[in-house]
Amino acid sequence: MSEKLEKVMDIKNFSFTYNGANKPSLKNINLPIYFKKVTALIGPSGCGKSTFLRSLNRIHDLYPGNKYEGEILLKDIETGDMENILKYKKENELIKLRQRVGMIFQKPTPFPMSIFDNIAYGLRLMGKKNKKFLEEKVEEALKSSALWKEVKDRLKDDARGLSGGQQQRLCIARAIAVEPEVLLMDEPTSALDPLSTLAIEELVTKLKEKVTIVIVTHNMQQASRVSDWTAFMYLGELIEYGTTEQIFISPHEKRTADYIAGKFG
Amino acid sequence: MEFIFKKISSLSAAFILVLLTAVFIVLFLYAKPAIKKYGLHFIIDPRWDVSVPIKEKTPTKTNNIKSQKNKNNNIEVSDADVLAALGITNTNAKTETIYGGLVPLVGTILSTLIAMLFAVPIAMGIAIFLSEISPPLINKPVGIAIELLAAIPSIIYGMWGLFYFGPFISHIFGGSSVSLLVAGLVLGIMIIPFMASLTRDSMNTTPNILKESAYAMGATKFEVIKDIIFPYARKGIIGSIILALGRALGETMAVAFVIGGVFTFPKKITDPTVSIPVVLANNFAESSGMSLSALFYLALILFILSFIIIFSAKFYFLKNKN
Ligand SMILES: Nc1ncnc2c1ncn2[C@@H]1O[C@H](COP(=O)(O)OP(=O)(O)O)[C@@H](O)[C@H]1O
Ligand SMILES: [Mg+2]
Repeated sequence: MSEKLEKVMDIKNFSFTYNGANKPSLKNINLPIYFKKVTALIGPSGCGKSTFLRSLNRIHDLYPGNKYEGEILLKDIETGDMENILKYKKENELIKLRQRVGMIFQKPTPFPMSIFDNIAYGLRLMGKKNKKFLEEKVEEALKSSALWKEVKDRLKDDARGLSGGQQQRLCIARAIAVEPEVLLMDEPTSALDPLSTLAIEELVTKLKEKVTIVIVTHNMQQASRVSDWTAFMYLGELIEYGTTEQIFISPHEKRTADYIAGKFG
Repeated sequence: MEFIFKKISSLSAAFILVLLTAVFIVLFLYAKPAIKKYGLHFIIDPRWDVSVPIKEKTPTKTNNIKSQKNKNNNIEVSDADVLAALGITNTNAKTETIYGGLVPLVGTILSTLIAMLFAVPIAMGIAIFLSEISPPLINKPVGIAIELLAAIPSIIYGMWGLFYFGPFISHIFGGSSVSLLVAGLVLGIMIIPFMASLTRDSMNTTPNILKESAYAMGATKFEVIKDIIFPYARKGIIGSIILALGRALGETMAVAFVIGGVFTFPKKITDPTVSIPVVLANNFAESSGMSLSALFYLALILFILSFIIIFSAKFYFLKNKN
């Protein structure tokens, strides 16, 4: 690990409180996200992994009354400055943010439209209409997500007719079609069979050439297989962060060691 | 146990089919004399209960009381009436009473069309507001109010239409306070709550995670509603529109109060006219023989019309996509 590390996101003293909750679900999180690396978030169920991930694209804002504190910095590709995304107020700032920080959910979420339209959806939202351009981008995205061969003859079919694993790869293709800088994945394989899981994991490893990935997983092997950096969370706090190798082989914290050894969670 | 359950449920399903056929057969049998006499011409004949002289000229002494008491203050006056008015004593001519269904058929179709044009956008708006826009605090009371409105008996809408809404509309658009327009709007208002609450329920079946996925792509609320919720809930939404359409087509009491009940073609949208269910309700008690059979013919037409409209709507909207 002697190469130069570049931060694409930097989370500083971040706390998060759900609407109506009397105490924060995330407490004072400090975490860098490195450019073109895979960062895994691990920890027992309910420790705040999803809550954290959903803060990074401000999807929490769909529901009123949630409170963010601290800073979440995202690098501006043009100027190289780090900009605090928690400062965004206007709807179009949030839309822009979500185009830069994509998200994959626990279950595949194909939209009720054709395979082609699913992949082209984000581009069309950005105002791209040229048919030739869309066709090229759709093909490129499907190839990057290892789905092209399976669906190239049925792009006009309803996306909901695909298998679960294909649907999840479709969602990944849809997300990367708009060329985000960061891709958030919240337990993307939890609803999939082992073979489809493997395909997604291979995809993650391949995709990091293009995009920075933050992946939540409760599967220890998955974290060790796909990630470069690992963060262990417990009860809303970040307990330990380091390279995946260090976290899995020589964790500094006892709770991290216990969790990895399967003593709780 | 499972066997019995299966048997019972398939019997219940069969019962529906039997019922449907039975209704059709009864209507057909009672309508048969009228069908025989007027044939399909019934559908395009605008005359109802109008006496006309029988073509053949056999001078016999019969009085034409029938043609004189033309109950339906119809503008079209039969030849016999004109002749009588002119003092030409052609009273020997034999007359017969003609029944045709065009006016109520057109009245039914137009009032339903007005109702749908008025109700669909408003009901969709209400459903969108309740499922996607309004805060939970408003959601509950408005939702309950809508469900209560949907449960109000239609006769109450009719009375409200007659005493308040009709005069209000004629004040704005001119014309009569009972008219095709008032009937269409009252019908529309009557089906709005029903359509809105069913549509809201189907929109609410869209999984949160699906909506979030679209927002996570950078979609706005409007885009999520248009691209995700509507297509996802398409079947339920169209189903609710079709159910409301069926209710509007067959609605009697709400319309009877406000359509006017006269057998004339509306020249303007604000003219009074009549619809099939209203004709049936108004005339059944005093009918017999051919006039009764003609009413059954009208009922049969309404039955078939509802069937065709609902089936083609279902077929068109629910089958031909992907
Ligand atoms: N919408 C919500 N409102 C209030 N509390 C919530 C909400 N969603 C999650 N929580 C709480 O926040 C904590 C973290 O949840 P979550 O981020 O989903 O955990 P994880 O993804 O690690 O399993 C839990 O205690 C959970 O009960
Ligand atoms: Mg979670």
